Order: sequence, then structure tokens, then C-alpha cells
Amino acid sequence: MSKYYVSHDVSRCIGCRACEAHCKVKNETPAGSNYCKIMTVGPRMSRGIPRFDFVYLACFHCEKPWCVDACPTGAMQRRDKDGIVFVNDDLCVGCKACITACPWGVPQWNSTTGKVGKCNLCMDRIDQGLAPACVSKCVTDALTFTTAGEASEARRQQFAEQLLSKQEQQG
Amino acid sequence: MKKSIYSMCGMCTVRCHIRAEVEDNRVTWMEGNQHILGGALCPRGAAGIALRDDTERPQGPLIREGARGEGKWRQVSWEEALDHVAGKLGAIKEKYGPQSIVVSSRGGPWQGLYKTFVHAIGSPNYTNHDSTCGRNTHHASLSVNGVARKGLQYDYKNARHLVLFGRNLFAALLLTETRAVMEMLQKGGRLTYVDVRVTETSSKATRFFHVRPGTDYALALAMVHQVIRENAYDAAFVDKYVKDFSALCTFVEPYTPAWAAKECGVDEDSIINFVREINEDRPKVIFHPGWNLSRYNDSFYASRMLHILNGLMGNVEMEGGLFFPKGPGDCGVKSIRTVDCKKPDIERADGCGTTYPQFEKGPGLAHLLFPAMKTGKPYPVKAWMAVRHDPFTCMPDPEQQKEYFDHCDLLVSIDTHYSEFGWYADVILPESMFLERDNHIIVQKGLKPRLAVRRKIVEPRFDTKAAWDIFRQLAVRMGVEEYFPYETIEEFWKWQLEPTGFTMKDFEDKGFIELTDRPVFYDRDELEGRFKTPSGKIEIISEVLEKAGLPSLKPYQSPAAPPAGKFRLVYGRVAVHTHSHTQNNPLLHQMMDENNLWINTEQAGKLGISDGDMVEVTAANGYQGRLRAFVTDFIHPEAVFTVHGFGRQVPRQTRTCGRGVSDQRLMAGLLDVWDQAGGAISLCESFVTVKPAQ
Repeated sequence: MSKYYVSHDVSRCIGCRACEAHCKVKNETPAGSNYCKIMTVGPRMSRGIPRFDFVYLACFHCEKPWCVDACPTGAMQRRDKDGIVFVNDDLCVGCKACITACPWGVPQWNSTTGKVGKCNLCMDRIDQGLAPACVSKCVTDALTFTTAGEASEARRQQFAEQLLSKQEQQG
Repeated sequence: MKKSIYSMCGMCTVRCHIRAEVEDNRVTWMEGNQHILGGALCPRGAAGIALRDDTERPQGPLIREGARGEGKWRQVSWEEALDHVAGKLGAIKEKYGPQSIVVSSRGGPWQGLYKTFVHAIGSPNYTNHDSTCGRNTHHASLSVNGVARKGLQYDYKNARHLVLFGRNLFAALLLTETRAVMEMLQKGGRLTYVDVRVTETSSKATRFFHVRPGTDYALALAMVHQVIRENAYDAAFVDKYVKDFSALCTFVEPYTPAWAAKECGVDEDSIINFVREINEDRPKVIFHPGWNLSRYNDSFYASRMLHILNGLMGNVEMEGGLFFPKGPGDCGVKSIRTVDCKKPDIERADGCGTTYPQFEKGPGLAHLLFPAMKTGKPYPVKAWMAVRHDPFTCMPDPEQQKEYFDHCDLLVSIDTHYSEFGWYADVILPESMFLERDNHIIVQKGLKPRLAVRRKIVEPRFDTKAAWDIFRQLAVRMGVEEYFPYETIEEFWKWQLEPTGFTMKDFEDKGFIELTDRPVFYDRDELEGRFKTPSGKIEIISEVLEKAGLPSLKPYQSPAAPPAGKFRLVYGRVAVHTHSHTQNNPLLHQMMDENNLWINTEQAGKLGISDGDMVEVTAANGYQGRLRAFVTDFIHPEAVFTVHGFGRQVPRQTRTCGRGVSDQRLMAGLLDVWDQAGGAISLCESFVTVKPAQ
């Protein structure tokens, strides 16, 4: 896994798909190609109320990416310094081997260029010290650009605070 | 060279503050203003760049060549188009009098410009889209609080409980509101939501009343009943600021939770427990009085009860409650100048304030202007200029509207895109889209008021103009340019800012000018008179209503159940489209290209409809549309639901033309079904049949 991690707080997500829209604008993807996508679950009864739930899916940037292994031309690459998995456009011949290989359906077919594209965490922005487009403009701050370590720390802190505030309430 | 410019979005009428980066006359990045929104921008905002790139919008002024709606246009110069419009307006003024000219707009902070124009040429008939939106809520607010719908605002962030009747705010996306409500929820605040179906907002609720369509008023009445019965109200506040409370107590006596549970199809205990919750949470409980509450024949009265419930909570002028929006004067700052012209002292053609004393004159009611076109009474209406306003998608039954509009000698559309009305009009004056135009400075009232301005980010791609320029040039031709004291936007801004001591430089830091650094509250003990009712208090009995022969407290009447084989048509919105404006937007069209029809699982089963099947929906007037069924348990069996804005018919919008079904075409006869007390059209009072498509 890349050192970065986009965490998605389901309790904050309202399924507005701003992330998808900003991703499409940033990466100029054609119809049907979504580097990130909000998957809707429901509507179903949950905690006594009919609800939709929303799950953000982009790319996991695997430690040992199936897509990189499958790519015959070396277009699909993993960046050494931070583990971002990205496509070098010049080398992609559009064979779709990566699409077949990825267990999560991450690589996206671009019908305009005849090549594959995928989430590279907006690495041009990361290199300028900025967050990916989807995270930068998320409407409810449901998305956070972080690292696995930081995300764990934040989650534990949140849990600890909840625990104490519950104890306080109980007397 | 890369430039960063603060401005205001224009993809919907929220007008969120944005910052854009531009290089070589192209927008390379757009985000929400960090100082207000932390960068947040909704999907519609994201599609601003796609709108600029879209070639399927008017590329220059167009004059109709063929018959109305035939689609034969001649692209002309601005000189010719403006001369043509001014010439026609002049002839109409001469023949029928200036009052026969109507200017309509969607409304909003820049409407002073259009209003000034129509008043200056001698007509009182400015109108807006509100008769299919917030008019019931507005009139309800006037009758209870004595102030406009926006005369009280809400501090969601610090509230402990928010109650929403059908207000799907997590799809509406007024970003400051969206974010404040999310913060409230994250802090453990409660959200009670009332609707006939599951929505993005019900998905975040802590309590959901899944009601029978048309019974909002019943539920609100039972809430008032129970609040009074359990003494779950602020007695001191009520004593001080609520007039005729005892009349309310007597009136709601029969409306028990048991009664409402049966009427609305909800659980009695749920109503009782809800009231216990708000008793714990008050005064920081906000009852949102509705926005697009132009739905049922008693929506006005439902809204009145919601306004009254706020009074009972005693939540006015406090953190986590309602507050009177503050302006420059409240911060010890002089306000800006803005264009204005006194309204001519002539009766409005829609009868608001005269024939209908219960309706505020203000922008009147658009649908009540139609009879004057046909009957010539009180005088003929012969010209209609619609600015960023599409009567055909706004109001029901465009075919019936066309019969009215055919009595007009001039129909003009001023818009950034082709509207359905524009396509039928005689002239289209294309406005530059928001990234391509400046607007004049506005005041944004609130706890922390500010001055705001929209700036041009890129040059217009096509031969389009900003509204400030279009109206000034028309004014010059009509001989009323004295009301438009500027020639360039820079002169306009300078003239506006002169009394304040600020300059345009003061916008550069943050994109707006903050008039205070801390929230301004009035003294809660001195609120009398802030309510602009005759008594200066919150009034249960309204003199205006009573004088017009309308009850202040209207006994509940149960809504009709759908006739056999029919469903009540309800409509709503989604996060990825703005009403009927964006269906052809290249990006948003990708994200949602047509609407579907929600139908209850059991009902669908009876009709042999499975999820995803194509179905045929038919209105009473014979209009028929085909769309895909979305079969779900979570819509009331009496209703079917669809998203507004689809079924468009402008051939030049090739992506969206003919896709999906137009809800307003299905609303047969509703142009004549409107709330006698609230004024708004009752858009959910029609029934349709549904069957599997052949």
C-alpha cells in the first residue's frame, strides 16, 4: 500500500458525488470512466430508519499491485518514493490486462484515448503539497487525505474521547 | 500566467463563494472559498467549467424567424437585438401602457437590477419563480412573524435538534447550511425528518416520520398539541412574545398524537417520544418552516404551524436557534448603494395586494398574471421578459401556458442556456455564464454580515453579455438610463462602495468584506417590535388573513386518496442537477442522464412492474412519458416520485432533448390549483396512472 491513505467517514458522507465530479474535471475522464466512485447501498432499514449508505471507492494502491504485474508494457507503475500506482500514458497500449487483473475493478477504460487511466491520488498535486481533488473539495469533509498511521491514530483518539464522554454522561 | 481569483458560483441559486485559478483564459482549478467553505464545492459547482466548454448554449443574440417554438433563429448583433427588443417594448408601452410589460426572474440578490428596469419604464409587474417555491412559507412567515421568509435565519451548527418537513437539504446543497447541519450531527445533535420517501437527508436522521402524502399539516398540528399538553414549551417566552396563545391551545385540542398517527400513517408513540426529545433539547430546537413548500393545498397552514412551533420553543435570537439576519447598520457600517426605482403606483396585473389583500405586493405571483393575458383585466399583459427564469419548467402545464403566452406580443428570454421558455420566445439575449461575467456588489446578511461580489474569471467564449450591461443598454434605449448610473462594472462598483469607504481592493484578501469579526445578536429581552406584525409579537391570529375572510387557524381536512388505479405525483431534486438548468451540462448529464419513477413495492407488484422495468406514466390531460421504475418499500404506496427537470424538448440540447419525463407536463390542470391563503401553486395535487410500458 502506498504511504498515503484516503479515509472515508461514512457517517459524514451524504452521497452527493462531488468527489466523482471533481475527479472527472481534474482528470478529464470521459463518460463511463470514474477514477473514484461513490457506491450506494440501499435504501434499506438500518437502526430503525430507511437509509441510503455511501461507500467511496478509488484505488487501494496495493503493495503488490496485480495491475502492475499484469501490464505487459510497463505502463502501469508503482512510484518508488511513496507507492502510488499510476499509468504512464505513453506506454499504455490499451490491452486491458490491468482491468482483468485488478480484483476491485479499479483501472478505468478511456474510450477517447483508447488507454487505461486510474486514480493516481492526483500525484501532481501531492508533489506540490496539496491533497487530491476529491478530498480537497469534499462537501462535508467526509474524505481525509492522510497516512495509514495517522488515520489509525485519529480513529483511536476519537474512540478514546467517545469512551470518556460516555462515561461522563453515565455519571 | 496563472492567476487566482475569488468569485461566486452560479451553477445554482445558492451562489457559494469560490476561488478559481485561471491560465490562458482557461479555468484550471475551482474550489469553495477556504475562508467560508474550507474548499468544499458541490458537483454542480464542479460542472461550471463544463458549462463554459459547452457549445450547446446560445452563442449570440437570437431573433425568432419561424413560428413560436419552431426553432428557426437568426443570430444577430447585440445592437440589432437590443434595438429590436426596445422597439417592441416601446410600441407595447405606447399601445397598451407600460404596465402591460412583465419582467420575471428567478429572484435572488441581483434582482434589483431587473426590478429597477421594469419600474423605471413604468410597470409595477416584476415577478419571480416563488409561486412554485417559497411563497407559502413566505406568506406564512409574514402572518406569524411579520417578517419575510428570510427575515429569520437558522444557527444550525449550534442546534441540538433540527426538524425538517420534506426539506431534503443534503441534496439541495446550500453548502454553508449542509456543513453546519453535518457539524450539528457530528456533535450529537438530533435530526427529525418527515417525508413520503427515503432521501439522502432521512439517511442521516435520528427519527423519521414516513407520512402519507399531504398530511404534513396533521403531523404539525399533533406536534403543537403534544407540546402544549406536555408543557414542552418556553412559557416565559410565549407569555412575553406570543399573542393569542390561548386561541392556539383551544384550536389544537382535537389534534392528538393518536389522531395524527392514524391520519399520517405513523406511530403514536413516535410523536409522543419526539415531543419528549424536543423538550430535552429546547430551546436549541429548529423547526425549518419549509422552502419549496408549494406542494399541497394546506402547505401554507403547515408552514404556519412550523413557524409557530419555533415560537413555542422560545428559540429566537440565540445560538442554536433562529436569529434576525444582521446588515451593515447592525455593525456600525454604512451600506452600499444599489440600483433602485420606486414601484409605479399602479395596481398589479396579478391582483396581489388589491384583489388578493392576503398576498404581499412584492414580486406578486407569476401564475396569476396569466388570466390578465387572456381577459385583459385589470389590463392587458402583452410582454414578458424572463431573466434566468423558465416559466415552462417552473410552473405546471407548459401547453396551457403557451395558450396564455400567445396573447403576448413579445416574449424575451435572458439566460445562459436555452430554457424551454426561451426556445418558444421571440428573442433570446444570452447572458454570459457565471465564470464569464461580473455582477454588482451585494450585502449578505447574517450573524456576521458581509459584502460579496462575483468577479469575471475568464472572457466570454461566445457573443454574450452580463445582465448589468444588458439592462443598462435597454434602459438607454428606453430613455431611463438615469437609474443605471454607470457605464462599466468598475464605475458601478465604485458608485456602490462610495458611502462605505471600502474599495475593490478590500475584496482581494478573502473574496468578501467581513463587516464584523464576531456574531451580532440583539438583546433577547428586547425583541418586541422586531416581529413586524401589528402587535410587534409572534401572532397566532393574523389580521391580514382574517380581513381577507381566511381563517388564521384552519381546521384540518384530510387529503384525497388517489382515485383507483392512480398515484399522487410528488417530485424532488438531486445533488447532481439544479432544477431544470443543468440536464444538458456535459458533466452533469454524464452523472445523471434521465429520471426514473419511484413506486412502492407492493403497488408495483400488483401492476406487474419489477425494479428497472420501463413504465408508462399518464397524466389527466393525456400527456404520457416512459421511464424506468425504481421499486422500493420506502415510498408511500399512494405516491410515485420523480426528479424534476427532465423531459426537455430543446433540439439544440442534443444530450438531454427527449430524455426522461417532465414532471410539470404531468401536472395537468395544476396551473389553476393554488393556495388561496399562501398563494403558491400546489404542485403535488395531481394524480397519474402507471402501467408497464408496451
